[in-house]
This record gives sequence, structure tokens and C-alpha cells, in this order.
Amino acid sequence: MQKMLSIISNVLRGTASKNGARVVLSSRGYADFTQQATFDIKKCDVHKLEEGPPQEAVLTREEGLQYYRTMQMMRRMELKADQLYKQKIIRGFCHLYDGQEACAVGIEAGITLSDHLITAYRAHGYTLTRGGTVREILAELTGRRGGIAKGKGGSMHMYTKNFYGGNGIVGAQVPLGAGVALACKYLGKNELCVSLYGDGAANQGQIFETYNMAALWKLPCIFVCENNKYGMGTAVERAAASTDYYKRGDFIPGLRVDGMDVLCVREATKFAADYCRSGKGPILMELQTYRYHGHSMSDPGVSYRTREEIQEVRSKSDPISMLKDRMLQNNMASVEELKEIDVAVRKEIEDAAQFATTDPEPPLEELCNHVYSSEPPIDVRGTSPWSKLKSHS
Amino acid sequence: MAAAARFLLRSASSKGAVSNVSGGVHSCLGVSLVKLYPSGSSTSKSQRRNVSHFTFQPDPETTKYGPTQKMNLFQSVTSALDNTLATDPTAVIFGEDVAFGGVFRCTVGLRDKYGKDRVFNTPLCEQGIVGFGIGVAVAGATAIAEIQFADYIYPAFDQIVNEAAKYRYRSGNLFNCGNLTIRAPWGCVGHGSLYHSQSPEAFFAHCPGIKIAIPRGPVQAKGLLLSCIADQNPCIFFEPKILYRAAVDQVPTEPYTIPLSQAEILQEGSDVTLVAWGTQVHVMREVATMAQEKLGVSCELIDLQTILPWDTDTVCKFDSAQKAVK
Repeated sequence: MQKMLSIISNVLRGTASKNGARVVLSSRGYADFTQQATFDIKKCDVHKLEEGPPQEAVLTREEGLQYYRTMQMMRRMELKADQLYKQKIIRGFCHLYDGQEACAVGIEAGITLSDHLITAYRAHGYTLTRGGTVREILAELTGRRGGIAKGKGGSMHMYTKNFYGGNGIVGAQVPLGAGVALACKYLGKNELCVSLYGDGAANQGQIFETYNMAALWKLPCIFVCENNKYGMGTAVERAAASTDYYKRGDFIPGLRVDGMDVLCVREATKFAADYCRSGKGPILMELQTYRYHGHSMSDPGVSYRTREEIQEVRSKSDPISMLKDRMLQNNMASVEELKEIDVAVRKEIEDAAQFATTDPEPPLEELCNHVYSSEPPIDVRGTSPWSKLKSHS
Repeated sequence: MAAAARFLLRSASSKGAVSNVSGGVHSCLGVSLVKLYPSGSSTSKSQRRNVSHFTFQPDPETTKYGPTQKMNLFQSVTSALDNTLATDPTAVIFGEDVAFGGVFRCTVGLRDKYGKDRVFNTPLCEQGIVGFGIGVAVAGATAIAEIQFADYIYPAFDQIVNEAAKYRYRSGNLFNCGNLTIRAPWGCVGHGSLYHSQSPEAFFAHCPGIKIAIPRGPVQAKGLLLSCIADQNPCIFFEPKILYRAAVDQVPTEPYTIPLSQAEILQEGSDVTLVAWGTQVHVMREVATMAQEKLGVSCELIDLQTILPWDTDTVCKFDSAQKAVK
């Protein structure tokens, strides 16, 4: 195998120098790379558990490249959304996810696409990991008909199969997640539901109501608190009597996980998923993460935290850099290869942005559709009692 | 959407006249005010953004309340709260993010001036905020609770309707939470979408025990808010968020009140009565002018101001609606 690959690469290189064509092949054969490596990951604090997830994670080259690609795609997509917002091509509200990529990618790596997930409004990352394409996501942000919710949802309301959004009201999605978990248990397909919420939402009453129901009925629900240290502009110490969010489930076991390390998140999610699937009931994970942007595009993000703090996190704990360093130091990929991925990602984002800006807006006839489910289309009052719109569903 | 305008058509002298008026007014509205129906050809060719517009029309300056200062709506709210905290030592303001000034700058400077035990943040819990506010009010302090957007008031709906509204009644007047005022930014703003644009006054409008007020501008905002705070019943004060910066007026710096349950007739007329509140009052002003110019219809414009209990006398009394019958 090794020999064959080096022969092929020699031939191709030979051809390239003759024709002057650029061959996308690194100068070292692929077989030179380490196929997998084991990494030490941070220990997770546990609550009401005998032991936590393993402190070692095995990463294969393929997985590493896939995580890198997805995280880079997410990062570039959010930065492109930032750019489009500033150009006023995206209007309304836009909550960006950059800095927290390891959470979305890590969680998805620990579950399967047949499991279910629901989150709050910072949903672009999860839409991508749950099967959405960048094209659809950006088109939804710009409100065009090619968008994932047909242009009617916008930033906060994106949905895909087994991904229930995208929810604007803080905390309201958690009881929904428990309901989905009940359906999973009832239908007996060994699926689970991951219900995410933030550190601000952790103080909402309905979260505690949900903890009680999930524990009482042993629902296969993984509660995930994405603690990015600020609820909008309020630091966690100023909002919560207890900032140990992983302990807030009280009778529900909890894990505190380093949310900037994709392997840590993956191992914790696998641990949590096994726990749920074994029928022991719900479990809570607190992912300690950070967002580089402000709460939304109208928040500069620096009035309640210093630029130095943001810079420090960027330089020391950036999830993409961490993965990149790990792979390079262990000879799992080359700098050129990762650069190629960057270039490909950039191109895909550009194409998607192009689509998102040129796709037409949904037609006016769609404005009132799907208000109800009704067989003959119903009349919906327009802007005055005499103007009616039709609602098809 | 913002408050509806009810057309009380009383000129029923002939069928033809009625249909003309309604048809005429309809096309008037359809074309000028809210262009949701651009003609078929234009949508596909140019992606024109058609949005409704209004122009804030300030009231003529009044000197009856003392010296005035140019303020916009959020500044007039700050002024009202400042007056309250200065004169009432038991007054406290709380809500999400009010300490640094609030997401709409309504409480800027108050924490520095009056201290952190009088202006403080709550965690993210609307039901908790209102429930807590009811308790503060029952214990005798003046509670001014802020709900960050009216769209988020629903977790507190039970507390408002079941607890606050019925407290006095069910305790036989032994206890009451009249010292409670709930403030919330209200109404559409253009880009707010589902959860930053709602006007939920109708959900509360049939609940005995509470009062609801919605101002159309800075002068009314300060006056109505001070009335709500002074009123011995739990009050909800909705502030049209689109007017926070857009509405600028000369507002008296001293405290003053505009009575609750009193509608204001902004323009006298004889054919049709237009009733509106909040932002829509300014839209209706334009409609009244257009109706006069283009159709020769004389409109009476009433700003309802208090939604519950509303001023039935002004709106329905013989002089107003009935005179349109002629």
C-alpha cells in the first residue's frame, strides 16, 4: 500500500512538472502521516457520579480532518455572517457562534444524526452539524427562498431533521427537549435528545421544572449548559447564586467539561449518551466555552469585558488552533493540507454568500402560509379589515 | 402589529356613501400607509423594500407643568423614574440589565445616583421578576419592574393575572399590590420579527384588577408613567420601542401626571372617529389629514392612552361618536 502510494505520487509529480498543471497532492505521501493518536484531555468535574469520562481520547486522522473542516467552516460562516450584517444584507437579529465551535462539533461527534437536538438562538453552528448546508444557512440569514426555513425564520429559527431549532425565548426550548426525549423513550428506538441552553437561561424556572420531570420519568435527555461566562452583558457571578451549573440539576448527575477542546466535549458526550441510553435517566453537562463576538450583532461585546480577555482566550484556547496544533505536532496532517482545507472552505463560503445575496426573496403569497394546518386555505387578515391574505398549509 | 385603529363609521345616510368611504379609505390605506401589495410587476423586477412609515408629530409645547427640556422617549422615562426615586424613598427599580442603564437606556445614571440597593439587576426570570415585584409592593415599597421586551411577559402572565390583579379582591382589601408598576418596551420596530415586536396589551385587556397605559410620545410617557406609579393598582406601562429615539419633545422636568382612563381628543371631526394608541396615533394623524384632503372626510382622532380601564365616555359619548351620525 505504502509503496503503491509513493509510486502514484511520484508519477503524478512527474506529470505535473511536465504539464505545468497544479496537482493537489502534498509532497509527502499520505501514508507518511500518523493515522491516529491518543491525547490526554482535561479531567471533568463530576456531580453525583462515581467516575467521569475517560481522560484520554483517541483521534484518527480522518476524524481530525473532519472536525477541523467543520469547525473552520463554522468559523468562516459566522465571520461571513458578521460581514453581511455590517453590509446590511442580513437584518434583524444575528447571534454568532464563533469561539464555541468545539461544543457543536464535539457534541455531534458523540451522538448520531438519528439522535435529536434542540438549542436556543445561537443556533447557526448546530444547524451546520445537524445536516444543514452553509448555502441554506446563509440564505436563511438573508431571508431568501433558498433558506433552510424558506426565508421565513431568520437567524434564530433554523431547523433540520432531528434538529428542533433555533428558539427565541430563553429557556423555553428545554421543556421541549424533555418532551422529545419522552418521545424517544416511548418509541423505543434507543435515541436520545440533547437540550442546550446558556448560562443566562440556567436561571429560568422552566429549566428546573424540566429537571424534575426528566429525572422522575428517567428520560433519555442530555441537558447541556453552554457557559460562555456572560448572559448577554451580565457576568455569571452577577446573575447566579451558584455558578456550578453542572450541579444545578441537584438530583441529576452532572459533568463540567472544557468546551474549548473538541475531544473533551466528544468524550463527555459519548459518556453522557451511554449513560442515557442505558436507561439511567437524564444527565447534565456544563460546557465551559467562550464567544468572541458580543451577544448579538448589536452588542460590541467589549462594554462588559476587556479586549485583552478576548485576545487571551483567542490565543490560548481557540478550539480550531488547539486541534490544528495537536494534529501538526503529531504528524497527523501537514500545514499545506490544512491550508487546502481552509481554501476549500473559503470558496464554499463565498459561493454560499453569493447565493444568499442573489437568491430572490420568498414571494408575497408565502407571507401567511402555515399559520394553521387547514385543508382549504383560510383567510388571514392583512393590514386592514378589507385586505385579506390567503394562508395555505 | 401596533394598535389597531377602529373605524366607527356612523355616516350611514346612504349605502353608496358608506361603500365609497370604506373603499376610498381602503385604497388610501393600501397605497400610502402599508405597502404590502406592490403591484405585481414590481416585486419580481426590483426587490423593493416596502415598509410602513410614520412621522412622529410632537405636541405643541406646554408650560403648565413648569420648565421643559428637549427629551426623547427613553429620556422622558428616565426623568420620570428619577423624579420617583427622588421623592419616594421606598421606590426600587429592578429588571434584567437595568443597572447599567438598560438595553434601551431608560435607566441610565439612576444606579449611580440612588445606589445599588435601589436600582438592581435580576437574573433572567420574568415570572420571578413579577412575582418578586408583587411581594415588594405588598410589603409597602414602590416596585417598578422592567420586563426587557413585552414579548417576554408571558412567563409572568400567571403572576400578573392570577396574583397581582386579584390580590386586593381576594384579601378583602387587607392587602394589595398597588405599588407595583411593570414597564416593558412594546410594539413593532421593523426588524424585531417574532420576539421583539409584540403588542400584548390585548391579552391583559380583559383582566379586572390591573391597569394598562400606552403613551404616544415623551410628554405622555412621563405623565402616564408617573400616574401608573402613583396609582394604587398594579399597572402595566408599555413603551413603544420604535419611539424611544424617534420621538423628541419638550418635556417638563418637574413631575406631573396625566390622568389614567382619560382619552385625549387630538383632533375634532364630524364624520368618522379614529381611535388609536401608541405608535399608531401618528399614523392615524396622517390618515386624518389625507382623508380630509383627498376625500373630504372629517375625522375625529382620539388617543386612548389607557387601554384598561378605557375611557368609554370620550369615545362613545354623544358628542363624539354620536355626532358622526349626522
